[in-house]
Amino acid sequence: MNETHFHSIKDLSTHHLLGAGTAMCAGCGGLEALQVIYDILGEKTVFINAAGCMTLLSVYPYTPFRGSWLYTAMASAPAGAQGVRDALDILLEKQLIGTDEDLQTVVLTGDGSAYGMGLSATSAAIERGLDFLYICYDNEGYGNTGHQSSGATPHGARTATCRTVHGFSGDKKDLFAIWAAHRPAYVATVAGAEPVDLARKVEKACRLKGPRLLIALAPCPTGWGYDPQETVQVGKLAVACGLWPLKEAVQGKIVHTKPPGKRLPVETYLKTQDRFAHLFEPQRDEQTLHEIQERVDIYWREWEE
Amino acid sequence: MTRTLLTGNGAAAWGMRLARADYLPAFPITPQTEIIETVASWINRNEIECRMTTLESEHSMLTAAGAAAATGVRVFSATSSQGLLYGMEMLYTVAGWRAPLVLVNVSRGLAAPITLEPDHNDILAARDCGALQIHCATCQEVLDSILLAYRLAEDWRVRLPVIVNLDGFYLSFTREPVQIPEAAAVNRFLPPFDSGNLCFRASAPTSQAVAVLGGGPYSYFRYQAYLAAMNALGVFEEIGQEFRKQFGRSYDLLDTYHCDDADILFVMLGSFATKAREAVDHLRASGQAVGLVRPRLLRPFPKMALQRVLAGKQGVAVIDQNLSPGGGFLYTELATALYDQSTAKPLLVNFIGGLGGRDISREEFFEIAAETRRAVTAGTAPLPRLLFTAAELREVRKLQAIAGSRREPPRREP
Repeated sequence: MNETHFHSIKDLSTHHLLGAGTAMCAGCGGLEALQVIYDILGEKTVFINAAGCMTLLSVYPYTPFRGSWLYTAMASAPAGAQGVRDALDILLEKQLIGTDEDLQTVVLTGDGSAYGMGLSATSAAIERGLDFLYICYDNEGYGNTGHQSSGATPHGARTATCRTVHGFSGDKKDLFAIWAAHRPAYVATVAGAEPVDLARKVEKACRLKGPRLLIALAPCPTGWGYDPQETVQVGKLAVACGLWPLKEAVQGKIVHTKPPGKRLPVETYLKTQDRFAHLFEPQRDEQTLHEIQERVDIYWREWEE
Repeated sequence: MTRTLLTGNGAAAWGMRLARADYLPAFPITPQTEIIETVASWINRNEIECRMTTLESEHSMLTAAGAAAATGVRVFSATSSQGLLYGMEMLYTVAGWRAPLVLVNVSRGLAAPITLEPDHNDILAARDCGALQIHCATCQEVLDSILLAYRLAEDWRVRLPVIVNLDGFYLSFTREPVQIPEAAAVNRFLPPFDSGNLCFRASAPTSQAVAVLGGGPYSYFRYQAYLAAMNALGVFEEIGQEFRKQFGRSYDLLDTYHCDDADILFVMLGSFATKAREAVDHLRASGQAVGLVRPRLLRPFPKMALQRVLAGKQGVAVIDQNLSPGGGFLYTELATALYDQSTAKPLLVNFIGGLGGRDISREEFFEIAAETRRAVTAGTAPLPRLLFTAAELREVRKLQAIAGSRREPPRREP
C-alpha cells in the first residue's frame, strides 16, 4: 500500500498521454498538474467536467483525452459522475459489459465550482460513498471569465471584481478541511510544481475505492499576473512559503507530505504576482502583509505543536 | 379483465416497473414522493431489478439521470413544481445530450405564494427545453403514457427525453381502477433499451456534450434536436396504433369528445378536462352542440391535428390552468397554430381557471359556453377572464382582514 513507483522526477513519464495544443493559456498550472495526473490514471477514464477553464479542453470535434469526456454543468459534475458510475455498475451487474469495459469516473472542475456552486453536489457524492476521483484545479478565482473573486480567492489578492486598496478582505475557504470532514477514502492537496508528491498521491488514490479528492494549486499567469515561464517557480514558492501545505487525509487522519521546514517569508511568493502588487507599491501595506504572514504562521504553529 | 385501484402516482410507478427501468435517480417533493417511495418498496423487497440513488437536489437528480442514460441504461425519474424548476438547467442540457429518459412531473403550482396544489405553470415552464411532453387525464393514461413515452424517447427518429405530466392531488392521490398490462405484452411493445453509440466504454472512448465554438455548429445541433422533436408527432401516432393493437386502448395526439358536430369547443389540458367532459354531457342534454379537445402531446405541439379538429367551429373556449402575461399558454399557442390558415378561423376566448388546484364547477363550464357564444355573436373576444367567484373574493377579504395588512400604494400628499 505504501510502496510507490515514484521516488524521483526520473520516475515520471516523459511522454504525456494528454494531447497538446489545447485552448488552455500558456503556463497553465492546472494543465501542468493534469498532465501528471492523466499519465497515471490512463485512458480507461471518463472525465466529468463542470463549467470552467478546462471545459475548453474538449471543443467539438477535438479532444486531448485518449479516454472519454462528459461536460455537465457548473454545479453538478459529481452528480454526473454518480449517474455514469451507477450506470456502469448496472451494466456490469447485468453482465451487459465485461470488467474490461469499465471506466474510472473522474470529476474535473475549477475552484469556482468546487468551492461554491458544486459544493453541495460534492458533499452528497462523498456522503453516498461514490467511487470516484475529484480533481479541482484551484486558480483562486473565476479564471475562465477573467479572474473575478471566488470562494478560493486568498486574503489580500486583487481580482477583476475586487480592486480595493488592501485587496480581498475575506479568507480563502478551507476546502480541504470541508472535504476531509466528510471522511472520504482519500483527500489531498497537490501542486503541479511538486510532481513527485503529486504522482504519489494520485497513485495512492488509484489504489483506494470510494470518494477520492485532490485539490491542485493551479498558478494562473493570466489571472495572477506573472510571466507564463514562472509557473513552476510560483508553485514551488507557494509550498516553500507555507501558503499551500501539501497534505493528505486518509479516513480523516491528516499528514503533511512535504512540510516546508524553514519557511520563506510569504512576501517572496506574493512579490511574484501582479494580484499582490498593491501590497508593495506605491507603498508597502504592512498591515495586510502581516495578516497574510500571520495566517500562515498560525496554521503551521497549530500543526507543529 | 382485472383492474386494480391505483393512485396516479401508483400508476406512474407501475409504468416505470413494466418499462423495466434500470435506474431511478430520485429526490422527494410533494406531490410526487409516493412514486419514488413505491419504487423503493419494490426494490427493498427484491421485486424489481432497479438501482435507486437519492440525490441532494433535482438539479443533481437530472444530471445523474442524463449521465446514466448517456452511459446506456434505461432511466426513469420523477419530480414536481419547484423541483422541475430547480432542475431546469439540466432539462435543457440532457435534451441537448439526446438522452432518451422518461421523467414524470406531478404538476403543482409555483411559488410565490407557495402551494402544494396543482396547476400547469411548472410543466409549461419546461415547454422550450427540448424534452417532449405527454399530458394525462386519468390514472390509466398515466401508466400507459409512460410505456408510450419510452417508445417515443427511444425511437431512432426522436431520441429525446420525454416528460409525462399528471396533476397533483386530482390524479396523484386519486384512486381509479387501472388495468395493469401483462409484463409479457409490455415486453413485446417495449423491447430492451438499445443505447446505440450513446455510451461510455473503455474500448470505445467518446466525448459527449462538448463545447462548440461559433453559431454554425450550435445552430446545427440545436436544429437537429428540434427536427427530432417534430418527428415525434408522426412517431406518436404510429406507436399509438401499435399500442391499441397490443392493449386495446387508443391514444391519439388529441383526445376529442363530441367534436364532429360541435359549434363550440372547450380546449383544456390534463385531469380537469374530465370536468369539462362531464359538463359537455349536460350541455349536450340541453341541446347545445359543445365538444371538448384535450391535447395529449403538448411538445411538440400538434398544430395540424388541432387545425383539423377546430376547422369550421364558431367559437373555442381555451381554458388555461396557467397564467402568463398576455393570456394563458394554451390560448396563445393555439392562436399561433390557427393564424397561418387562410380559411375562416373560430373565435378564441380565453379563460384562466384551476390555478393552485382551484376547482372549476359545472356551472362555470356552462357560463364559459354561454360567454363564448356571446363573443361569437358579437364577433369579438373579451380579454382573458379569471374564473373566480364573489364568494371566493369574500373569503380572501376575510383572510386579509385576519392577516391585518393590505398592500396599497403609498398615498401621495396633495
